[in-house]
Amino acid sequence: MLSRMWNGLIKSQVWNSFFRHGMPSTNRNRVLVMMSNVILHLHPVKVRKSGVKLEFTWCMGGISFFLFLVETVTGVFLMFYYRPTIEFAYADIVDLREQIPLGMTRELHRWGAHAMVITVWLHMFRVFMTGSYKPPREFNWNVGVILLVLTLLLSFTGYLLPWDQLAMWAVTVGTNMARATPFVGHEGPGAALLKLGDISMVHAGSDIRFALLGGRFVGAGALLRFYVLHCIAFPLVVALLLSVHFWRVRKDGGISGPL
Amino acid sequence: MTETIEAIINWLARPSIYVTVATVLSFVMFFNRVFWTKRAGLVGLLLVIVFFAFSLRNDNFRGIVTYPDNVPIISMLIIVFFFTWLSMFQAYRNDARIQAGGRPVEADETHDKVFTWPDLVYPEFIAAILCTAILVVWALGLPAPLEEPANPNVTPNPSKAPWYFLGLQEMLVYYDPWLAGVVFPGFIIIGLMAIPYVDLNPKGNGYYTFAERKFAVSFFLYGFIVLWCALIILGTILRGPNWNFFGPYEQWDVHKLEALVNVNLSEFFWVKALNQGLPANWLLRELPGIVLVVAYLLILPKLLAQTIMKKMYEQLGAARFYLVAFLLICTVALPIKMYLRWLFNLKYIVAIPEFFFNI
Ligand code: HEM
Repeated sequence: MLSRMWNGLIKSQVWNSFFRHGMPSTNRNRVLVMMSNVILHLHPVKVRKSGVKLEFTWCMGGISFFLFLVETVTGVFLMFYYRPTIEFAYADIVDLREQIPLGMTRELHRWGAHAMVITVWLHMFRVFMTGSYKPPREFNWNVGVILLVLTLLLSFTGYLLPWDQLAMWAVTVGTNMARATPFVGHEGPGAALLKLGDISMVHAGSDIRFALLGGRFVGAGALLRFYVLHCIAFPLVVALLLSVHFWRVRKDGGISGPL
Repeated sequence: MTETIEAIINWLARPSIYVTVATVLSFVMFFNRVFWTKRAGLVGLLLVIVFFAFSLRNDNFRGIVTYPDNVPIISMLIIVFFFTWLSMFQAYRNDARIQAGGRPVEADETHDKVFTWPDLVYPEFIAAILCTAILVVWALGLPAPLEEPANPNVTPNPSKAPWYFLGLQEMLVYYDPWLAGVVFPGFIIIGLMAIPYVDLNPKGNGYYTFAERKFAVSFFLYGFIVLWCALIILGTILRGPNWNFFGPYEQWDVHKLEALVNVNLSEFFWVKALNQGLPANWLLRELPGIVLVVAYLLILPKLLAQTIMKKMYEQLGAARFYLVAFLLICTVALPIKMYLRWLFNLKYIVAIPEFFFNI
């Protein structure tokens, strides 16, 4: 019965409009499935046998990407409820736990973010240990370094959004560093040299930290800035760089192996 | 008995001992095959299990380790151990094969191609399901932390940065924010980006090996495991109120006082050695420190190029070599300043508060 239904299904016009080839059980169809599906088409049709070994890549790049997708989906869900203002932010987070069905979205998002930081580090670690940054993959390593920095920044900007003591003070500690940036932070070496006559150009109301926080303290301005960076700017850049990253993995000859 | 062991571990966890043990142990381990066998891996696993089984009985330890935001850090510790072992295990296995006249394991299969469907797509699918399962269990089991609403008038003690920056926050004990929070992180990023362009060694491309790239691998591992990961653990577990040190089994006491009598180099030089007052002119006052720093940054690389790193200098050429040497020197500057602090209570080598310029 079941197999008759299955056969009917895969012969139907609906099915055939989706998949223009038979089951990927013959070599021909295994090629076709990779060529005709836009997502699978990220991969080549055939790959190096040594490269698909779990002990070689640890699958860490793949898991990082998967976690990025998890963060995107759960993040959209959080955005339905969360308002980035001092008035509402904290209460919305409380509501997310107490009022909203599937109250674990925030947990998935937070733990997924922590996990992604770790998997990206491990991915870099693996790429280093297999020497996969060596020619011709120098450029892709550098795309990776920027992805690493962005992953940390994404995590850092997200840390502020619950607007509780933990969030506010962690971000205060983190952004206090910016005060000491040479020349552009008001407590940084050299800042005192930037003067027009008697008026110093770099002070607490004009330095790099002020630009970052949209104010002298972590307040409403910082919350909005971090929210926009976290939900729009950084994810877009990451998505763009990921496309470059994956494209280059293929263009550089697939997963590395001994020459 | 329990108390003696706890006291010993508390003592071993003191930053000076902790960093020393981590440094010495890691280099001994990198260069010795015995640590990277399957048996050594099992022994290591056993040690970790015994340590946690023992420690979790202690309330303070359990409190810190099971705090929801700290769970990923503790897992990171174990995961990083595991993957270090896995990569070095494969590296030493390949090295043995190469030494015996063979080729790395990866080379046996590098020219075999397999179909992406199913050989790659299936494992990816399984990995995605496993990750989802782990994440869901984790999310159901541990609620995300939420403290009191943000209040600019109440500063929590300790105030900690997010966990992945705690290594940098730990660095603040030894260096001022402009170095620990801005310049050194910048160098980490620049250093990472420079790696492919300064490592001209054609060997070890696409397979695990240690013997063929000893300098590169040990430099990277030391930076990643000791200076980055181990300092994060230190900052998370062993730093309490006022950023004071607390052993893993010690209670966080807000009133713990640590006598801080740190002294600047200028004082060592002018007051203690020469028996004079500090010169009023800052340039003169700080001259000894400035000379030291300049020598360290400019003359040391030159010396290295002519002595122990001569071979590397010839291989890399001046530009690449001096970049590597500079990054190496900056990396080592962290442990150096740590030891100066622990041994001599040295505060700043150069201290020009007039310009917010302290080293
Ligand atoms: C958001 C973060 C990142 C994602 C999602 C990602 C994803 C991936 C994936 C899926 C691969 C295929 C092989 C594998 O899974 O190991 C890959 C390869 C690679 N990645 Fe990443 N990556 C990220 C960050 C990085 C970082 C931080 C670096 C290095 C600093 C890096 C450098 C590379 C290089 C050089 C390759 C080619 C490796 C080879 O051919 O063996 N990536 N990346």
